[in-house]
Amino acid sequence: MASGVKPRVKAPKKAEAGEVVTIKTLISHKMESGQRKDKQGNLIPRSIINRFTCEFNGKSVIDVTLEPAISTNPYFEFEALVPEAGEFKFTWYDDDGDVYEDAKAVAIG
Amino acid sequence: MKFKATTAIAALAISLPALALADADDDTLVLNGEIEMVTKTAAPAHLADSLDEVISGWHMRSDETQVMQADDFDNPGMIFVEQAMDDWETEMGTKGKSCASCHGDVEESMKGVRAVYPKWNDNKETVYTMEMQINDCLTNGMGAEAWKKSGAQMARMEALISVQSRGMPMNVAIDGPAEATWELGKELYYTRTGQLDLSCANCHEDNYGNHIRSDHLSQGHTNGFPVYRLKNAKLTTAHGRFKGCVRDTRAETYKPGSDEFIALELYVASRGNGLSVEGPSVRN
Repeated sequence: MASGVKPRVKAPKKAEAGEVVTIKTLISHKMESGQRKDKQGNLIPRSIINRFTCEFNGKSVIDVTLEPAISTNPYFEFEALVPEAGEFKFTWYDDDGDVYEDAKAVAIG
Repeated sequence: MKFKATTAIAALAISLPALALADADDDTLVLNGEIEMVTKTAAPAHLADSLDEVISGWHMRSDETQVMQADDFDNPGMIFVEQAMDDWETEMGTKGKSCASCHGDVEESMKGVRAVYPKWNDNKETVYTMEMQINDCLTNGMGAEAWKKSGAQMARMEALISVQSRGMPMNVAIDGPAEATWELGKELYYTRTGQLDLSCANCHEDNYGNHIRSDHLSQGHTNGFPVYRLKNAKLTTAHGRFKGCVRDTRAETYKPGSDEFIALELYVASRGNGLSVEGPSVRN
């Protein structure tokens, strides 16, 4: 596992039924591009988050493919429709096979 | 958030004709919708001959960068604060102690600390920066190795301590035993260095608000330090920034942690007395 990886999510705890809410996510990750060389001139192997997904009650909200040019600590802000009470599930996929997860429940009211 | 940013841009566009393009803007920094920060205030008495108003570097940044600092979730510097929170709880050194063993809850024990540093240390009979205090704790209190001056671990611990004082006015003491160090710092501030023959004052006192190539010059206060810099996605300490500035005058620089930079840190901090502690701020 890449070191110091920690997912964070900011989402409202409550929403009206049918409301569009803003969700912010951030994961600390070095996002090594695989293009850089170390002091000896050897290529530093690529190590990035290559995919990020968000689901609401099992239904896909957003599914993102990340490429090596994306900076360290990738941040996503997006809007999602909340039709009913439920849970947002967030998943980040690391090049090394690790999967990082977070979840936020949303109530109606 | 999106809506707010748009209105801020619209407001700026409307007010542009009345403003000189390069001056500090008139936005207000409210942190997390809660803490209203003082980003412009009357200059401290010792600056009476040179400045009327002291202005945080926050005003010199673009609206997008300003908005980033206004919300802790959007502020990338807070990632480092979280890491330092882990350090705070970690036992280090031969005595089996963590920061928390002596200081307990960081929110309680470190409140107000950042606003008064650097300050005179009676026992050591010298001016102490936060960094020196942290290394003193590590080596004497905990039996651990000192951290690298202005290194990544040091910067994030300083950021964690700064967070506890956000919104409080900078208030470093410049009289009494610290005065000699302050005088040295003042002398350094006005001393021209390097092939470009520039002093701190040439840019940050005579030309703040103007552009030096593409960069919008601030008054160079330290209330926002350690700062998260977008250019390298890391925290930068005051001494790290001093080194960068002196290097940019094409001079051999003093070292982070040197007597010269300690004196300069005290003097520069005193120029910003009255501005809210912002660290970790977001800058270019």
